[in-house]
Amino acid sequence: MTEPLDRPRRKDPQKRTVSPTLPPASRSRKALGFLVGAAEGRFVLQRCEDCGAVCHPPREACPKCLSPDLNWRDMPEGGELIAETTIRTSTNTYFRERMPWRTGTVRLDAGVTVLAHVHGDVAPQARVRMIARTDKSGKGVLMALPEKETENMADDRQLRELTCDPKHRRVLITDGRSATGLALAKALSQAGAAIVFAGIAEDWRPWRGQQSLSEIANVETMALDLTDTDSVRELAGEIGGKVDILINNAEYVRPGGAMTRSDIVTAREEMETNYFGPLRLMQAFGPAMRSRGADGVNSACAWVQISSVYALCNWPEFGSTSASQAAAVSLGQCLRGEMAGSGVKVVNVFTGPLEEDWRQPLPPPKVTAEALAKDVVSGLRQGLEEVVVGDVAKDFMRRFREDPRVLERELTQVEGI
Amino acid sequence: MTNDNRNLLTALSVALGNGGLRVVDLTHALDPDFPVIVLPPEFGQCARFRVEEVSRYDHRGPGWYWRNFSCSEHTGTHFDAPIHWISGRDLPDATVDAIPVDAFVRPVAVIDCSKEAAADEDFLMTPDFVQQWEGENGAIAPGSWVLMRTDWSKRKGAEYINLREDGAHSPGPAPDAVRYLVEERDIVGFGTETVGTDAGQAAHLSPPYPAHYILHGAGRYGLQCLANLDQLPPTGAMLICPPLKIRHGSGSPLRVLALVAGGKDGRA
Amino acid sequence: MAAASGRKGYDGVVAAAPVTIPYERYSPEAAHWWIARALADLVRGAGIKPADIDGLAVSSFTLHPDTAVGLTQHLGLTLRWLDHVPMGGASGIVALRRAARAVQAGDADIVACVAGDANHVDSFRRMLSSFSRFAQDGSYPYGSGGPNATFALMTDRYMKEYGVSREDFGKICIAQRDNALAFPYALMKKPLTLDEYMNARPVSDPIHLFDCVMPCAGAEAFLVTREEIARDLGLRTVRILSTMERHNAYPDDPVQLRGGWALDKDEFWTMAGTAPGRADFLQTYDDYPVISMMQMEDLGFCAKGEAAEFVRSHSLTAEGTFPHNTSGGQLSVGQAGAAGGFLGLVEAIRQLAGMSLGKQVANATIGVVSGFGMVNYDRGICSAAAVLAGDGA
Repeated sequence: MTEPLDRPRRKDPQKRTVSPTLPPASRSRKALGFLVGAAEGRFVLQRCEDCGAVCHPPREACPKCLSPDLNWRDMPEGGELIAETTIRTSTNTYFRERMPWRTGTVRLDAGVTVLAHVHGDVAPQARVRMIARTDKSGKGVLMALPEKETENMADDRQLRELTCDPKHRRVLITDGRSATGLALAKALSQAGAAIVFAGIAEDWRPWRGQQSLSEIANVETMALDLTDTDSVRELAGEIGGKVDILINNAEYVRPGGAMTRSDIVTAREEMETNYFGPLRLMQAFGPAMRSRGADGVNSACAWVQISSVYALCNWPEFGSTSASQAAAVSLGQCLRGEMAGSGVKVVNVFTGPLEEDWRQPLPPPKVTAEALAKDVVSGLRQGLEEVVVGDVAKDFMRRFREDPRVLERELTQVEGI
Repeated sequence: MTNDNRNLLTALSVALGNGGLRVVDLTHALDPDFPVIVLPPEFGQCARFRVEEVSRYDHRGPGWYWRNFSCSEHTGTHFDAPIHWISGRDLPDATVDAIPVDAFVRPVAVIDCSKEAAADEDFLMTPDFVQQWEGENGAIAPGSWVLMRTDWSKRKGAEYINLREDGAHSPGPAPDAVRYLVEERDIVGFGTETVGTDAGQAAHLSPPYPAHYILHGAGRYGLQCLANLDQLPPTGAMLICPPLKIRHGSGSPLRVLALVAGGKDGRA
Repeated sequence: MAAASGRKGYDGVVAAAPVTIPYERYSPEAAHWWIARALADLVRGAGIKPADIDGLAVSSFTLHPDTAVGLTQHLGLTLRWLDHVPMGGASGIVALRRAARAVQAGDADIVACVAGDANHVDSFRRMLSSFSRFAQDGSYPYGSGGPNATFALMTDRYMKEYGVSREDFGKICIAQRDNALAFPYALMKKPLTLDEYMNARPVSDPIHLFDCVMPCAGAEAFLVTREEIARDLGLRTVRILSTMERHNAYPDDPVQLRGGWALDKDEFWTMAGTAPGRADFLQTYDDYPVISMMQMEDLGFCAKGEAAEFVRSHSLTAEGTFPHNTSGGQLSVGQAGAAGGFLGLVEAIRQLAGMSLGKQVANATIGVVSGFGMVNYDRGICSAAAVLAGDGA
């Protein structure tokens, strides 16, 4: 079993905040295919389309038949730890600060041998379960976990470097007025978050979940209006130094596209919340989070943007909203670049239609706020950078990965997907 | 200009200089947190007041500070032109840029409903109530502005907008009272401390939103989100309320001032 | 001599003029400087002029952005044969066998084989972080333990597989230290006891401090030329009885427990016309003792998995029953980058030519040198070996 993590003590105000250092960040272009899988929590390796050989490390051609036709495929997660070491000196500053570090050689059921980080609960020469995740450099790495769940497993210090576990962390939910905000607050509180800050815009307007929100342990409501630069800056001034996970669940959703509307007033509102909102958050909260990526047990670790999956490919029914969320996703890509080197992951949550007022006429299946919250917390615990929520979104992502150009055409057919 | 009028202006400046006349500010600061009217979500909404800094003695402009702001024509302390309402849409000179400017400087009558509003948040000011006030203060002079004092401006945030599941609850004029003021007293405009010239529940009156409907249908103006009405005398003050000259504007945020004789109680 | 293996022998070719430039733990000098010094010593030792060199084989990790080509202009050498041998610990033997064929074929007369590397304060980290694409994609991100971690994994598996103890590795390291105390250029100058070996701080379990080489700066060199040229110059020489090189042997072994020597051992000894038992000493590539054991096994000095027993049954110092790494090896002299791949070969030439700077193996006439290099990902890719003979053989 793993020793449970103690709740971190209050920070010594005389101590300088540790600057984020990084595990090695350079990778070949081919290796980025592994990273893409790891970001989604998928364990993929290259497989030769001609002879079926599985390859690792990433290659340009099959070492068995020289075919260049290698594709990333999901692999069985099992393996056996056949050699291990505990590294106690390293030339790399990041690892040097985190010694000792356990790594090992794993013979995979998939047929190849890989080097991997090794969880503290893995017994010598035991069977293991492999996961692929992104590390603090945002690059894909493998870790061998015990085959079966162990006590406090998530608290393993090497595993926690790969995850964004809310336990002991302080979380800001940007829209506490919404059903998703309420559900997220509940789920994060249950997941052991030290504090959940729930942003409340226009507290002069009453809202449905007000009472329920106030009853959740460790929740503090804070004035926050993403459409108001001063409001965002004021809150950052107050709590910006202790937001470890920021979850932007605010959205402004209205049906309609370009020609179904006759003005840009609604589109502007959409942009104010969906695009300028995250931009304001990034400007106000980003720099402090970026500097706190190595700040101990409750280091800043995740920037979560919740978007409709139609942000990836426009659905004309909600065309204008889709466009504004696409802008946010594009901006998130920019943020990922700007956060590189900080250890803070930029997490995209793509959801199918939510069970909420503006999507009320849409047919099922829809995503309840609780289901969304569960998947977000699970994604954080796993350390994913991409979380897809609900059947509609999962179906969409399959089509998107297969061929985004075909999906574009599907979505613009009169009958839709 | 006649000598009399010239003397009048000279006397005015003397009075302003020596405290014989006081200028009272009836305006709330434009503030992102100040509530605006909330309509059902499927309708277009009143934009909140927002500010974005352009530079502040920094790399964006080393020697100067300035900002961009945005809001609705009906955000904060604001002026309603006749064209704001469907009943006034075909009237001449119904937009803020076309309204004859003398309407912006007029005598003002202040009807104190603060006790009644404190007792009943949905208080409706009736013709009887107005007439009772006239009994004490004299008939409202034609061409006056009439302001309904409720002390609502002393409320903040949620209490001010006072929204519940069945909508907002705040005082306002009854339809007949508006008709009385327009038809019998020929007022130039009507103003309130609440977020609109109408009561919070005015959608359920007949006609709905009577102040808007009747005032603007008759080419009269509205003022709302006023403050400091408790500093005005019932009669005898002068209102100054020029809206921004927005082309084809339906209204405008503005600074509303009143000239009041002498000390706080309005006595010279 | 035509070998029974069918390969042509190295008749008429000799190696001579062994050169070592004393190592330094850290030095601000560049690789070019170290290589130039080695060539200068080589020319002086051989009694020739720089212009007499018409062939050059270079090994270095730190010449960047130059290669052997840039060195020709940098050092003013006009050559008709040039090779760059980027094979780390195998580069000495590979340079030797390539140069030997060039000389034998008449493509060159005097080939200088040289290896040298700089070691600035941060160069080891830089080298590790950009060593190879597979290291970058597949091993360096996992703790960045460098070769320590890679060999720790091999050692861990080797110990479990063959029942080897740390004491067995310790015996190799201690004997080498004993040899090094007599070798003037060794960076390690204090005796090593088993107690000290066992209690040293762990570096990457099960590897501890004295299992590791110390990266440093330095250079090594030797000449390959025709027998008659060497005779005219009055040089003491050694002959080449056999060589082998093998790259990426046994790629499907999940952990490296053997090297390419095992694949080529029979043919290698056949060509040499001798047998492991008749060698007077063995110079293994010893960046970690585990790999020395594998070389003893895979070159046929003992059976697979029996190196520990072999080590236990021998004394390994220069005067022992199985003289091994007679100058102290990299473990005690230091690892000067690619020069580490020349160290054993240069020492073997000295021993066989009777030019030892430290302990001289008595009556040494046949010596075996082995090289191992380039941990591209999880294992050393290059293996090489040579049997050399002195005049007495």
